[in-house]
Amino acid sequence: MAQHQVNYASTAGLPVALTSVDKLVNWGRSNSLWPLTYGLACCAIEMMASGAARFDFDRFGTIFRASPRQADVMILAGTLSKKHAEFTRRLYDQMAEPKWVVSMGSCANTGGMFNTYATVQGVDRIVPVDIYLPGCAPRPETLQYAIMMLQKKIRRESANMNKNTKQRLV
Amino acid sequence: MRKYTPKDNVQGKAYYTDRFWVAPRVPRIDVEEGSHFATVVSALKKFAKESYIEVGQLIIHIKPTDNISVLSLLKEKCGYTQCSELSAVDYLARDGEFEIFYQMLNITEAKRVRVVCRIKQGEAIESIVPLFKMANFAEREMFDMFGIVSNNHPYLKRILMPEDWSGHPLLKTYPLQGDEAASWYEVDKIFGKEYRDVIGPENRDPAKIDRYDTKRFSRVGYEVPFGADISEGEKENPIEYSKTIMANYQKSSKQLKERR
Repeated sequence: MAQHQVNYASTAGLPVALTSVDKLVNWGRSNSLWPLTYGLACCAIEMMASGAARFDFDRFGTIFRASPRQADVMILAGTLSKKHAEFTRRLYDQMAEPKWVVSMGSCANTGGMFNTYATVQGVDRIVPVDIYLPGCAPRPETLQYAIMMLQKKIRRESANMNKNTKQRLV
Repeated sequence: MRKYTPKDNVQGKAYYTDRFWVAPRVPRIDVEEGSHFATVVSALKKFAKESYIEVGQLIIHIKPTDNISVLSLLKEKCGYTQCSELSAVDYLARDGEFEIFYQMLNITEAKRVRVVCRIKQGEAIESIVPLFKMANFAEREMFDMFGIVSNNHPYLKRILMPEDWSGHPLLKTYPLQGDEAASWYEVDKIFGKEYRDVIGPENRDPAKIDRYDTKRFSRVGYEVPFGADISEGEKENPIEYSKTIMANYQKSSKQLKERR
């Protein structure tokens, strides 16, 4: 975790929350979820397939970005090794708020079959996860469904970042 | 009394072993007179402690201090211009030694020779990087996985594991699921040691079920709100009914009248 947490919303302070403003902002946020291109293992193949013509993530306004500065969603697709955990956290910290994390596949969820010394046993030890996808590897439909679920979740949230700043331990 | 078996192979514990099963042994054949391998053996006569053929490959046992001279002889005199692999095997429990092997390939003859030597733990071996460039990475991996140091290596540091890792994972004494430092590695590195309590130990049990965890496990028949604390026990009525439903219409018809 960063030594200090900068909460821009708390200093600027959005004083009024209107439901229609929430709706408008969340409409924008949920329909342009830009995930970070972050394939770690074989789940990345399914993630790429989800982005390509047949499944076509673009229909959901979801376009993969190569920079954490431009991304809202981190799809952790694959086995996260302990050596790499540090960089995952750094990339997560570099993403601008609001941000969400999808843990894709068994390995990212729990370490999966890699019950060994070198694998992180669940990425929720490193970053706060919003959606866990089961499967090894999950089919592209599963990832599509996860994105749709995430959109639902975002539409339910308050647009005021002050309010839904998650009480994060990790 | 049962025969003593070494207890320091902690990786072996996780697996089922048949006590009466004997591992099959590949037959060792003597080197035939006049064959290609016979010329190799005669060229290395000064260094070879033992030589035989296993699965069509010549195996030569040498002293660890001779490795440079043997490999340069093989390279320059016998045409073994490629070193395709080098690594070590942990025989510490059985013999108290590492076995280091160099797998050599002669492309023109399509023959392979394995040069084998043994060193004790804590001893170093001379690097063969001046002879074969591939040894650069292979010796780094050997250092990373076994802790065997190669003398005069140009850049000897860990190659697979992170640099601040403790322990050498391919040793038989290294637990498969990691030692204490390994299990907290990412937490210590990212958040610091004080966050160990916050994040908690790793869950290594894939079938773990916590009946008091109302966040990750649903409770069929006893539905409770998400994250509710049920460590004190459950309520008598598993489901909270509204008062209007629970009203006994037989006793008083007041509510019924209101409804109508």
